[in-house]
Amino acid sequence: MTGTGRFLVAFLRRDRWHYLWWALGATLLYYSQAVSVKGLYTTQAEFDRAAASMQDNTAFIAMAGPARALNTIGGQVMWQASAFGAVVVGLMSMFLVGRHTRVEEESGRDELLRASAVSRHASLTAALVGSLLANVLVGALVAVSLVSFPLDRADSVAVGVGLALCGWVFTGAALVAAQLTSSTRGMYAVSGAVIAVVYALRAIGDVGDPVLSWLSPIGWYQAMHPYSGLRWGPALLLLGLAAAASGAAYALFGRRDFGGGVWAARPGPDRAEPSLTTALGFAWWLQRASIIGWTGGIALLGLAYGSIGDDVGTLIGDSSGSQDVFVQGGGSLVDGFYAVAIAVIALVGAGFTVSSALRPHSEEESGRVEVLLATGLTRRRWLLAQVVVTIAGTLLVLAGGGLGLGVGFGLVTGDGGRIGPFLLDTVGYVAPSLVLAGLARLLYGVLPRWAYLAWAGLGLGVLMVFFGPLLRLPGWLQGLSPYHHLALVPAEPFRWLPFVALLLVAGALTAVGLVGFGRRDLR
Amino acid sequence: MTFVNEAIVDISGLTKTFGTTRALDRLDLTVTRGEVHGFLGPNGAGKSTTIRVLLGMLRKDSGEVRLFGGDPWRDAAHLHRRLAYVPGDVNLWPNLTGGQVIDLLGRLRGGLDEERRHGLVERFELDPTKKGRSYSKGNRQKVALVAALASDVDLLVLDEPTSGLDPIMESVFTEYVEQFRAGGGTVLLSSHILAEVERLCDRVSIIRSGRRVETGTLADLRHLTRTSVVAELARPVTGLAELPGVHDLDVQGERAIFEVDTVRIDEAVGLLHRAGIRSLTATPPTLEELFLRHYGDEIPAADPEREADGS
Repeated sequence: MTGTGRFLVAFLRRDRWHYLWWALGATLLYYSQAVSVKGLYTTQAEFDRAAASMQDNTAFIAMAGPARALNTIGGQVMWQASAFGAVVVGLMSMFLVGRHTRVEEESGRDELLRASAVSRHASLTAALVGSLLANVLVGALVAVSLVSFPLDRADSVAVGVGLALCGWVFTGAALVAAQLTSSTRGMYAVSGAVIAVVYALRAIGDVGDPVLSWLSPIGWYQAMHPYSGLRWGPALLLLGLAAAASGAAYALFGRRDFGGGVWAARPGPDRAEPSLTTALGFAWWLQRASIIGWTGGIALLGLAYGSIGDDVGTLIGDSSGSQDVFVQGGGSLVDGFYAVAIAVIALVGAGFTVSSALRPHSEEESGRVEVLLATGLTRRRWLLAQVVVTIAGTLLVLAGGGLGLGVGFGLVTGDGGRIGPFLLDTVGYVAPSLVLAGLARLLYGVLPRWAYLAWAGLGLGVLMVFFGPLLRLPGWLQGLSPYHHLALVPAEPFRWLPFVALLLVAGALTAVGLVGFGRRDLR
Repeated sequence: MTFVNEAIVDISGLTKTFGTTRALDRLDLTVTRGEVHGFLGPNGAGKSTTIRVLLGMLRKDSGEVRLFGGDPWRDAAHLHRRLAYVPGDVNLWPNLTGGQVIDLLGRLRGGLDEERRHGLVERFELDPTKKGRSYSKGNRQKVALVAALASDVDLLVLDEPTSGLDPIMESVFTEYVEQFRAGGGTVLLSSHILAEVERLCDRVSIIRSGRRVETGTLADLRHLTRTSVVAELARPVTGLAELPGVHDLDVQGERAIFEVDTVRIDEAVGLLHRAGIRSLTATPPTLEELFLRHYGDEIPAADPEREADGS
């Protein structure tokens, strides 16, 4: 193992800020739950009532985990933070392992290091140990913060230990993925899929067949039952799996070539199909994966909201502040709730719209546009094709969200009649989203240095939707957000005038951006 | 329109500034039909900026830029159908295979010669089924070269096209460029590889700090530089020190070592002759010296009289 120590020191130096931010983030996730739960309920009776309504909500259980001791601060912390905490350490482990394995191999730096007098496994071992240490740090900080809150000492330590062990399992999985695939992207895809499957298994298991939860390391972590009859057995399962995965990674490492993976890189087509080599076909191809991903993700978000069904009242509770949010448009609480849900879906979907509208910017920055525009392709046609794809993608993403919402609602209530209306209501948000896309075009065409400011437009939209009415901000300020002008469907009837007006604004912004792009230097 | 000296690229007085930096300062450059024109200069001299103005990527501040007689800013796409461009640093889309990129660029240019495409892929030993992210620098360069060389165009604009290629691939490249010229094509080749320049280029232009400092055939350029002379003489030479164009003179008894501007060599040798030449070594400047002189610091301001006429 010559050289492992030196590698490890170098990795720790390079990663020290990563360690700190991940650990602080995870600690905040747990500690803030404790603080907020403590501040929320003044009497134990109130706490008991809230806990009783929460523990029957299937959607919450699917999202967070099995409901245990929800009328205690510890129980709440474990319930609300553990599944997400496990995902956080999973992502951290994936990135830390990726940084020192696949990324290094792809860049060729690892080759340089391996050629020096170190053992073959030195960098692999250093990457493994580095990630294990990072997880120990996260677990320790979480445990210390909870003990200091103060919560039960042994249970709080178990929360931290279980979290660190989850991270160890994901470290092992990431290390295996790094041996299987031959590219960083592939490695992240496999590790990310492992985290998603592990999370989904326990979600399905927790609301359905508990056996599935016992197939998931996150399920094992939650099965340690901190603050509600702590047991250490499941921790051994985590430890065993982490060891097995790491061992497997070492075995695989010995069986693959440097730079390659156990799975050979799949060759692609040696010729381009005709549809790829048109301006529009190419723009679509460029964004296809992102459109599919976003549409799927938003559909799941819609499904989650829809599955709350018409049992909205118990969920929101009696807090007058939250009731205000939902009935601001007038109408029933259910319609008010879904009007906000649709606005949220639209705002999340606008994340796609803005990133899609900024795609030409990142293409230009990475120097790939120059070669394209040195052909018979005009600047205008190239950018117009991107505009068309952004519009089509936005429609698809919003439709995915509306469909998910309608289907979720239909599944829970047995009323499929709202699928169509929910779909239309959601797609109606295409107008303000395209205004944000227009803003991105304008900046890109005229002031490319400031193109990323388009995200500020979305930020403003989010702020105004959530806080505008609550804080009673002046009308002109709220009016700056394109989302402010649209009717809050289905709580209010749809209005055509703002819809058309917003589309016209979007069109004007886009046109100016196109003209500006035609007149400026490429970067 | 005459076809003998028709200028494919005609740049005069081109100025381009970025903020306060003056990247191009009244630059002139002419590439005539059928020639391979070497475009040389130290890093940061403005070669790529010139090419990017020529391709309509950057807007000129002032001066005249004609490409095929047209305006490259206004008619960019139209003119681009007649040329193929290879940048010095090729960036590919991580998910697109090399073969897909070749077809994409070729078709957007208006079509590829299928037979040549096939031959180029084979000669460059390029695997067209690999994805962009897994190509090495040299292989990314090959993808762009195949796409350019397989296109049916009149002009190749090549910005350090062989950086990252091994010597064998470099010679394949040279061979195809020679073929292209033999077919009547014109090439603007920015390069640092002097062997490549010497083998391929009919004429070269050297730029520094955004201005052209020299242009002409390589023979012309050699003519403009100094020759090193070592002479063993019968008796000490006189008058050499006073002769204009003689530099670094070192006389040790009957031995004289000096450099002389190549245009003055006749007079210098005349003086030596009068002193009785026993042995004489005259070394013309190597290309390296030529360029080092132009790339280095001790360069006089551009003097129009010194610019040889290439025609």
